[in-house]
Amino acid sequence: MTQSTIPAIAPSEITSKTVFDQRRRFLKHAGGLSAALMTAPLWAAEKLAFTSTASYGLTDALTPRKDVTHYNNFYEFGTDKEAPSRRAGSLKTRPWTIAVEGEVHKPQVFDIDQLLKLAPIEERVYRLRCVEAWSMVIPWLGYPLAALLKQAQPTGSAKYVEFVSLHDMEQMPGQRSPVLQWPYREGLRLDEAMHPLALLTFGLYGELLPNQNGAPVRMVLPWKYGFKSAKSIVKIRLLKEQPVSSWMQAGPSEYGFYANVNPEVDHPRWSQAKERRIGEFLKRPTLPFNGYAEQVSSLYAGMDLKHYF
Amino acid sequence: MGQQSNQTQGLVGTKSAVFIMALLPLAKLLLNALQDNLGANPIEKITHVTGFWTLTFLLICLTATPLRKLSGWFWPIRVRRMLGLFVFFYACLHFLTYLILDQFFDWSAIWADIAKRPYITIGFTALVCLLPLAVTSNDKITRKIGGKNWRRLHSLIYPIAIAGVIHFIWLVKKDLTIPLIFAGILTVLLTARLILRR
Repeated sequence: MTQSTIPAIAPSEITSKTVFDQRRRFLKHAGGLSAALMTAPLWAAEKLAFTSTASYGLTDALTPRKDVTHYNNFYEFGTDKEAPSRRAGSLKTRPWTIAVEGEVHKPQVFDIDQLLKLAPIEERVYRLRCVEAWSMVIPWLGYPLAALLKQAQPTGSAKYVEFVSLHDMEQMPGQRSPVLQWPYREGLRLDEAMHPLALLTFGLYGELLPNQNGAPVRMVLPWKYGFKSAKSIVKIRLLKEQPVSSWMQAGPSEYGFYANVNPEVDHPRWSQAKERRIGEFLKRPTLPFNGYAEQVSSLYAGMDLKHYF
Repeated sequence: MGQQSNQTQGLVGTKSAVFIMALLPLAKLLLNALQDNLGANPIEKITHVTGFWTLTFLLICLTATPLRKLSGWFWPIRVRRMLGLFVFFYACLHFLTYLILDQFFDWSAIWADIAKRPYITIGFTALVCLLPLAVTSNDKITRKIGGKNWRRLHSLIYPIAIAGVIHFIWLVKKDLTIPLIFAGILTVLLTARLILRR
């Protein structure tokens, strides 16, 4: 899908588009920005102000920002871990909208600047556990997805939520490869999506998301394997039936709909009992629900987690 | 490189050049390690690099005979043993990376991997099969067991190569591009052997 909307006011001839956009953003969330940023180079990350910090008892050291932003699984930019940081410059994150549609009373299209102001931005320090048995600790910035879903008012028959990422080969060169079925799609049960830990995420380390981390807006679901957290989201659909995600299509025996972190249920080809925290030598034991069992295990009461992997 | 030379001096030069070139991947890896240039997950990187070069040297090794037959050159056969020993060398580095850096002697986890994970089962089997080939890679033992037995034993390299490529195919998460390139080259090399044998 194309993202080109003509701005209401065209950039004047003496102001470059870059500076114009920066000023526009500056005015929109003035306060959080310093005037110095206006003269900052294009690639400088933009600060994102937040009102609170929560870490849910997690005291582990943060993974260095360089590792968080240079070791990424984002197949839209290639399957190498280093490819997204090299190649994601082609992603244009403004203008950007998310359409919320399907089983909702008020289907809406939200502009990214509108989304940034929809609820107070919080910092959440979460563990991230990849299905490949490595992990990080990342200070994300965002607010619960529930705040957005409530705006659209899901109907009584809405049972599932589907996330659809951007599909544009020009901006996402990795989509030239059929390694997954594009666009990237992920899904949750509605009660999972409404859980306060499910974070609609706009930033990390005090700044707007770098492109390679799923800019301008992504999900973060700390109790699930990383691939469940869709990046660069353009559409959120409320559904009656359980959606089929890109990874479920790619490997139905290896990637289930739930994908909750579970040391007891191995990936068919490798163990999930332990994980390597990036930056550490010895592997750590993996925790049930990635350490968030207290918060989320009630969502799965009575379910056979070996079957619903 | 003295490719054309069949003389002793030329062969020594060729062997030295091959020896130095075969150590370059390791040198680059060590240099990157010293400069903290192996990325966010250095253990994974070392595992992948040593595995990549094990398979690459295995395929180079398998080009020796077809190259000899097609070109008439003799030197490919004279460096074949050294290349074979480098296959074993990089395979050992690959395994030691797994044993020490990745698992840190967690024997129960290692045993579970070998028993339960098909890609590790087949990779470990290939390594064990390389062992007798490495041990019999000197003139003394070759003479002792006889050329015929030596050839029979060393034909193990074909199933080992196939096992190595399958190990690679089975371990990648989704993107099969590089393992399938290895599989394609191996298919060409094995087919060439069958054709040239006639």
